[in-house]
Amino acid sequence: MSFNSKPPTASGPAHSRSTQERLTQPTGRGWDLTPLLWICCAAILVFIVVNPVARLVLSSFEVIDGTGYTVDNYLAAFGRWRHVQALLNTLVMATGVSLLAALFAVPLAWATVRTDMPGRGFVRLGVLAAFITPPYLGAVGWILLAGPNAGWLNKIWMAASGSDSGILNIFSLSGLILIMAGNLYFFIFVFTSTALELISSEMEDAANMLGANAFRTAMKITLPLVYPSIIGGVIVVFLQSIALFGVPALIAIPARYPVVTTQLWQFFESPVRAEVAAAYALPLLGITLALLGLQRRLLAGRGYTTLAGKGGERRIVRLGLWRWPMFAYAIVVMALSVLMPLVVLVQASLSRAWGRGFTWSNLTLDNYHFVLFEHVQAQTAIVNSVVYGGTAAMASLALALCIAYMVKRNVMRGAQMLAFLCMTPFVIPGLVLAVGFYAAYTTPPFSLAGTAAIVILAFTTRLLPIAYQNSAAGIASIHPEMEEAVRILGGSRATAIRRVVAPLLKRPLVGAWILVFIPACQELSTAIFLTGPKTRVMSMVMLDFSEEGRLEQLSALGGVLLVITVAIVILGFRIVGRDFMLRRA
Amino acid sequence: MPTLRLKNLTRAYGQIRAVDNVDLDIRDGEFLSLLGPSGCGKTTTLRMIAGFIDPSGGTIEVDGRVLSSASGSVPPERRGMSMIFQSYAIWPNMTVAENVGFGLVLRKLPSAEIKQRVGQVLDVVQLGTLAHRYPAELSGGQQQRVALARAIVVQPSVLLLDEPLSNLDANLREEMRTEIRRLHEAFRITTVYVTHDQAEAMATSDRIAVMNRGRVEQVDAPYTIYARPRTRFVAGFIGRTNFIEGRRDRSQIRFDGFAVDAARLEGVDATASTITASVRPQSLSLSSERPADADGRIQIPGRIVERTFLGEHWDYVFAAASSNLRLKVAARPSDVFAVDTDTWLALDPKQLVVIQ
Ligand SMILES: Nc1ncnc2c1ncn2[C@@H]1O[C@H](COP(=O)(O)OP(=O)(O)O)[C@@H](O)[C@H]1O
Ligand SMILES: [Mg+2]
Repeated sequence: MSFNSKPPTASGPAHSRSTQERLTQPTGRGWDLTPLLWICCAAILVFIVVNPVARLVLSSFEVIDGTGYTVDNYLAAFGRWRHVQALLNTLVMATGVSLLAALFAVPLAWATVRTDMPGRGFVRLGVLAAFITPPYLGAVGWILLAGPNAGWLNKIWMAASGSDSGILNIFSLSGLILIMAGNLYFFIFVFTSTALELISSEMEDAANMLGANAFRTAMKITLPLVYPSIIGGVIVVFLQSIALFGVPALIAIPARYPVVTTQLWQFFESPVRAEVAAAYALPLLGITLALLGLQRRLLAGRGYTTLAGKGGERRIVRLGLWRWPMFAYAIVVMALSVLMPLVVLVQASLSRAWGRGFTWSNLTLDNYHFVLFEHVQAQTAIVNSVVYGGTAAMASLALALCIAYMVKRNVMRGAQMLAFLCMTPFVIPGLVLAVGFYAAYTTPPFSLAGTAAIVILAFTTRLLPIAYQNSAAGIASIHPEMEEAVRILGGSRATAIRRVVAPLLKRPLVGAWILVFIPACQELSTAIFLTGPKTRVMSMVMLDFSEEGRLEQLSALGGVLLVITVAIVILGFRIVGRDFMLRRA
Repeated sequence: MPTLRLKNLTRAYGQIRAVDNVDLDIRDGEFLSLLGPSGCGKTTTLRMIAGFIDPSGGTIEVDGRVLSSASGSVPPERRGMSMIFQSYAIWPNMTVAENVGFGLVLRKLPSAEIKQRVGQVLDVVQLGTLAHRYPAELSGGQQQRVALARAIVVQPSVLLLDEPLSNLDANLREEMRTEIRRLHEAFRITTVYVTHDQAEAMATSDRIAVMNRGRVEQVDAPYTIYARPRTRFVAGFIGRTNFIEGRRDRSQIRFDGFAVDAARLEGVDATASTITASVRPQSLSLSSERPADADGRIQIPGRIVERTFLGEHWDYVFAAASSNLRLKVAARPSDVFAVDTDTWLALDPKQLVVIQ
């Protein structure tokens, strides 16, 4: 057939029919591999999600070093006042962290999204920096700043006031709360600013015309519209703070303020009582489930989103002279959460002895040399962190992607169930997950204790929820008709995935990989019970350094971790665009 | 022999029958539209033809070969059809030429031939100069042309289009529907075209199948659909109309205010005692005097009760003086009547269409 503009004559169709025979040869293969894929994904999920959780629950009822079932573990776990106290302490701490984090995050979110406060881009970067600094590093920074007497702030105070003791003690409940809030307020910031971006200015204009000033309008109109998002963020912060291990290990133990995670850790000191730990971990799981249920209801119901809507113009609120107090507040939050700890960490990492201060004679690169070239454990740990993190990120994304595809494209019934399993680890604090993996895979026939495999598997499980959310969003962004167009033209589903879906997913996947790699690289709580002498990761070596009082070398190792993190984030900025970490998936 | 045959085609979603017992023969080289309101099952029908959805009952055959049935279907990639999607589904990671040539690559044609065929078809859709652009740089209309070129270059046995123009603005829509018809004249590919826009269906199709609630109500040429609608739904959906009820009175059908010999009306069910007829506002005429020359038309005195000027015509509502008859009447812009003026309505009984 030719494409002359002249219509074919009577012989035209016949002629084209014969060409057509050749053109429309079937090309697709007849095999449908999706059931096989489903079975593979399901098997993997059983191995890395279902079994560890099941073993966690079961082992909490097992007789230690024996056979049969018992409730003795629960009695051991909750029979002592000290253990119950730790649980209550945790709730007090988490409440404090949530409130302080909201105090940090909400004004900043409003100011960066809705106002003409100066330095908005800087503040957004600062919030991100506070988040990608691992919380245990923030804790070390604050030890340097506000350790009793020796901390920088205390020394400055003593020099200024002439008194012979400092006034700040970071080893306290308030210290704990400040450090955690300084890392976790990121979540509230992201939830709130994403919601604020959806509200049109008309709502505010209505109030402004009635004579309310900018702050009154924000308090009475704007913020109430995003309450569900704020509370959603607060709940995430609450849950994260009860699950953190690093900061309590550094701060709460010296402060003699036991919390659940430090107590869990103690069950793992010899003699290891994993069954009691399992019993003790379950309430944490319960709290998490309950709060996430609450969060879902808050964010789903009430129709706030329809109120906010998509349409409508968004204009920036002019703060006038109030820009400067607002900016000052943002700087204070930046200073507390990231600037001050980072400055002293960098100083320590470049010092012979951090307490000697900023002098030329104190300046050295020895600490970096030490962690990079001398200290075998630190070297191994750097490699381990990157390799485990990278592998786990890849594995969790591959699995999540397969499942997200099956769900979003309705390829198979029952895919939704796999998606549910992918999201399950979200409700399991890292330390609890580690207890589950310990119960499931350190005994025969697996005997994976101390191997790289168990660490990578546990990391993979831990990362699955973020990986799944990002994969699902990525696939949802590709119109199904893109694939159908391939198929109707004669390509199989595999061809459609290879030639269209995969190329289009590249960018979102790079973003997703970074989002899972960074926490994996910094992971502490999942690793702590599962690593052996050869499989330790950076965070654990830092804890060792801190116990040995080698804060300079710790800071240097932290510096290495931060350089890796920042390099990856910048790569992400380049490839995916600046905002990819500051939005809710 | 029809190329494409739908037999008792049904697709149920739970209790809802999205497509309900559809019988349709589409002839070789024919351009057929599925026309109906949103939710009537057009897309579901089309996607069953394409093989993306399996029927829950009935079959789809091409040249006598069963492609779809409740017990299994040939997958879309082995049907030799093409489809144009509502979203265009142009692959953003490929250039215009790569998009258009993709179906030929899948058919393993030598690359020289692919290049030549792609060049030809791009010229046909007037995109020759844009072959190496990426879709993101194209306007909506141009993307639409890429989709068209991509679909016809493989010489499909059947071309399927699902509301291809709904994302374009009005001017472009008109241009593109002419273009689609032109391509059909040139290549005579058997085409099934889904739309909810009657003008689009009228302008492009050889025949129109009007769908309602999963069923096909009437399949006919555009003029017949308009002039001789068979059901109340078709009469109301295609253009505007007046429905009037009549009763049989011996050899006459008596309407409110006038009567017509039953013999003069087509399709009157001899057994029914009441009938409904449709009469288009365009087929009625108004005049201020009683016309001298009746010419077989029925003349009814009355007055104007409402009027709306729409630029291209007037919409009047006429109320008969001695009965409850009220009719919408469309008149030329120059036929001006004030509200409440006495007028005469002329109705040609040939324009009365009996509805089932
Ligand atoms: N996947 C589905 N599940 C349930 N109902 C569906 C599904 N697809 C279509 N329907 C229903 O079938 C009917 C016909 O839909 P559709 O064929 O898309 O209509 P149209 O294209 O004519 O607008 C609608 O009532 C729609 O709600
Ligand atoms: Mg449709």
